Amino acid sequence: MSPQLLMLSCLCLPLVGGGMLLLAHRRPRLRELILVLTAALSFTSALALLLQFREGNLLRLDLLTLLPGLDLMFEIEPLGALFAVLASGLWLPTSLYAIGYLRARKEEHQTRFHFWFCVAISATMGIAMAGNLLTLFVFYEVLTLSTYPLVTHIGNRGAVRGGRVYLGVLLATSIGLLLPAMLWTLHVAGTLQFTAGGILEGKLAPALAGLLLLMFVLGVGKAAVMPMHRWLPAAMVAPTPVSALLHAVAVVKAGVFTITKVVVYIFGTGFLGTVPAQRYLVYLAGFTVIAASVVALRQDNIKRLLAYSTISQLSYIVMATLALAPLALTGAGLHMVAHAFGKITLFFAAGAIYVAAHRTQVSELDGMGRRMPWTMAAFAIGALTMIGVPPSAGFVSKWFIIAGAYQADLYFVLAVIVLSTALNAFYMLPILHRAFFRAPEGRAHGEAPWPMRVALVSTAAASVLMFFFHAPILALTRSLTGAAP
Amino acid sequence: MREHLPILLVVLPMLAAPICSMLPRGRQAWLLATAVSWAVLAIAASLLIRVHAEGTISYALGGWPAPIGIEYRLDGLNALVQVLVAAIAACVLPFSGRSVQDEIDADRQPGFFALLLLLITGLLGIVATGDVFNVFVFLEISSLATYGLIAFGRDRRALLAAYRYLVLGSIGATLYLIGIGLLYALTGTLNMQDLAARLPAVADTRTAQTAITLVMVGLGIKMALFPLHLWLPNAYRFAPSAISAFLPATATKVAIYLMLRFVFDIFGVGFAFGRLELNEVLLALAAAAMLSASLAAMQQRDVKGILAYSSVAQVGYIVLGAALATPIGLTASLLHLFNHALMKGALFMAMGCVMLRVGRTDLDAIRGLGRRMPWTAAAFVVAGLSLIGVPLTAGFISKWYLVLAALEAGWWPLVILILVASLMALIYVWRVVALAYFAPNESQRREEAPLSMLVPLWLLVLANIWFGIDTRLSVAMAESGMRVLMAGPP
Amino acid sequence: MSWLAHFNYWAVIVVMMTGLYMAIAQSDLMRKLIGITLLQTAVFFLYISFGFVRNAQVPILTEGAERYSNPLPHVLILTAIVVGVATTALGLALVVRIRERYGSIDEAELASLADEVEDLEPHHDFDDQDEHP
Repeated sequence: MSPQLLMLSCLCLPLVGGGMLLLAHRRPRLRELILVLTAALSFTSALALLLQFREGNLLRLDLLTLLPGLDLMFEIEPLGALFAVLASGLWLPTSLYAIGYLRARKEEHQTRFHFWFCVAISATMGIAMAGNLLTLFVFYEVLTLSTYPLVTHIGNRGAVRGGRVYLGVLLATSIGLLLPAMLWTLHVAGTLQFTAGGILEGKLAPALAGLLLLMFVLGVGKAAVMPMHRWLPAAMVAPTPVSALLHAVAVVKAGVFTITKVVVYIFGTGFLGTVPAQRYLVYLAGFTVIAASVVALRQDNIKRLLAYSTISQLSYIVMATLALAPLALTGAGLHMVAHAFGKITLFFAAGAIYVAAHRTQVSELDGMGRRMPWTMAAFAIGALTMIGVPPSAGFVSKWFIIAGAYQADLYFVLAVIVLSTALNAFYMLPILHRAFFRAPEGRAHGEAPWPMRVALVSTAAASVLMFFFHAPILALTRSLTGAAP
Repeated sequence: MREHLPILLVVLPMLAAPICSMLPRGRQAWLLATAVSWAVLAIAASLLIRVHAEGTISYALGGWPAPIGIEYRLDGLNALVQVLVAAIAACVLPFSGRSVQDEIDADRQPGFFALLLLLITGLLGIVATGDVFNVFVFLEISSLATYGLIAFGRDRRALLAAYRYLVLGSIGATLYLIGIGLLYALTGTLNMQDLAARLPAVADTRTAQTAITLVMVGLGIKMALFPLHLWLPNAYRFAPSAISAFLPATATKVAIYLMLRFVFDIFGVGFAFGRLELNEVLLALAAAAMLSASLAAMQQRDVKGILAYSSVAQVGYIVLGAALATPIGLTASLLHLFNHALMKGALFMAMGCVMLRVGRTDLDAIRGLGRRMPWTAAAFVVAGLSLIGVPLTAGFISKWYLVLAALEAGWWPLVILILVASLMALIYVWRVVALAYFAPNESQRREEAPLSMLVPLWLLVLANIWFGIDTRLSVAMAESGMRVLMAGPP
Repeated sequence: MSWLAHFNYWAVIVVMMTGLYMAIAQSDLMRKLIGITLLQTAVFFLYISFGFVRNAQVPILTEGAERYSNPLPHVLILTAIVVGVATTALGLALVVRIRERYGSIDEAELASLADEVEDLEPHHDFDDQDEHP
């Protein structure tokens, strides 16, 4: 298959699958088969794309030219390939999980749910493969809009309110800050093409570049850098599969991915090093890491706790990217993957507990480890990843970020990482303590349905495996820094 | 035959109108009107092609040459506007068949179509003619037809809306008449090109400046430029569905065309914008229109009201581009004139479908529309996206040009303004979309509009997508119009 | 005095402003229409004044006449009068219909009536309130 066709299939497969789902809405089994097949095929094509990329093929696809100099085009680079594989790879267990979850909860409008999920994945692929800022922006907005029906899926008053915050924050930041930043970039640089080494060097005074960077970092609301983080806790009204894949992986990673792309391919790390304000953004991200962890300490609702933990972990990546050290950038790429594995596992576990035991609060988890051993074991692995303890993926990525901080002499970053690791432990370990060392209460119940269990065990396993076999991912993220000398 | 096409374009609907009114049944009148509108579209398209192939067409009415007789003059700009008007008419008329049957008493239907044909005559005439008094006559033909058509609305408030429009519209037309009277007294000519040639000699007199002001205010009322837009929202809201689909796409656009013609071709940019600094006034009004009308649109409880206020805001966009008076600004302005006609036409048509099936268009009527009328609702979503200016729709292209123009002129605040107004558009469109798709509703019955309405509706919707993806044609047209304007007075 | 020489223009302005004021300030729909008519009539005067040439003949070809007054404004104004008559007729027809449907032609009253109906019977077909058969 030609690389261009492969890229197109990455983009369109989920859409085609979504369309077929709609047609099969009267036959649930067929519908679910289509869903799983679509996810598997998407993963395969993303993997094939990655392989093609590693063979050094030029992967570029010009889709449309709207106006001269303004076109929708895709181009694969290391981080994008990684992101595409990550999102589509995790979609497979998530679709299994979602089938189990929706069935066990007897949710309405299941076809609609799966359909919008497919659209969201397609948009994520578009973001991952985007070859210029305009393309990225278009798919970024599609992702926002297509996840709204998922967030408000339950349809009650609370869901609609949460959905309003979700949409309001994401759209206001993207149209109010990201779009102007994009226009400014175009005006200054004359292009929006992602180019190794950046396109802004020598075209913008460092002080103004600082302002532009601020507009980008805050404008990408999906990265949830404070004070633009409010939408993420609000999005927790969504059914758990959505929180798991979209609000732990696809949507939020699309945010940090965008920031990384902007830093590496629009500003260029070399140019950004001369921008004084860049330092303050590192502080802002660091502040978000700590502040979100502190807020997470005080949460009793599991999903909200995880949401704040996500905010904190996202800012790790933003902070590491903005540290501009090659090792830190590698660490940022690794952490995108590690956090994805860990956080999706945690959400899967939270959803499994909700489905099997109808519990949503940390304080209700007493003895859960005995009732749902698989689930809680997976939860424990996820928690260890968040803290960054071996043998979990989180250790590897944090290691690189710390190394990068040394490299750049950024002791602030170092302090933030140490402090937040302690905080992470403070809010994660008590949950494990409750689950494993306290006596269970209430009516006895078993594990969640098998598709959900398969999903959460596989992501937990991935989390551990990444600790041992991170070489391919490392190679990819290394080549990212190669692209940005 | 071929050389008489410019006049045939205007005369054909005019002659068909009385025949239409004499037909015994509404159905026959509708058929005739539809046939005429298609013929008009064919003629307009052939004229546009000819203008692009052979250059400006000048037609002397009754064989009297230009300064004495009335001249019809078609160039890259007005040939395009004519095609726009004709195309919207050719879409709205097939669409109107069913909705008119539903909304208007059978014995009054022939009259309705006769008036609609007169309206088309008036609009085409305004665009074609090269004589400023002839413009007045056609302006009044179209206005009188419009007042009558609005009064056909089922709601009794349509009568009041028509009356208010009549009062304001007559004042506007009279101001325009005074203005051209003064110009005539100064220069002794009514021909546009002649006027343009003779005006510079007398430009310094207070009479000339008063005349220009009067003409601009008169046209400002016709094009619903803030704060002269008060007649518009209720007129669009209570008019019959077919009319509220036709007017926003054509009537205000023709008035804007006229303003562009006067400012750039007759007064000249140097005089109107350089000396009188009208551009600053226009910029301020455009900005105020975009913000205040968008705000008002956000507070409406009736979808047609939302769309009507949004039209006022969009007039602001168009004027904004023109007021920048740069090639790219004018291109943006003309593009938006064209694209906005497509999107507003589609949006109001979708509301016409809702009116037919639900009988009202307030926000409550929209609940669950996605399930009850899936095609109509989907059309509304796509056209709404275009209104917001989402990439891959026509609205994006024109807003993009507008932003480029503002950037090029170094007007940063304008960029922010455009974005803020787009954000507000997003909010008011989203309110409708969220209700259509995500609000629980009791009735789940499918009651899709008939095909005769859906086909024209979707034609416009597809045009919105087409001109958002393949921009070569629309941009080339807008640029050729822009070149006519930028060339200035002869 | 020089301004007396332009007394016709003064008259035009007085009539014009009276008409404009009436059209805007009067709340009675009939009076508004009268205002519009006055405004238009003032414009007719204005055009006729433009066409006036001192010591000139009526513009009909006659022997011995050398100066004719300008016929073009007259022609234009003939058209404008027709337009004005049509506007007035349409306006009157609308006023009649408004009176039928609302039972009033006072603008302030109508505004409150329109709101009233909207609040009381928001989704009603208003044709039902037609008092006349």
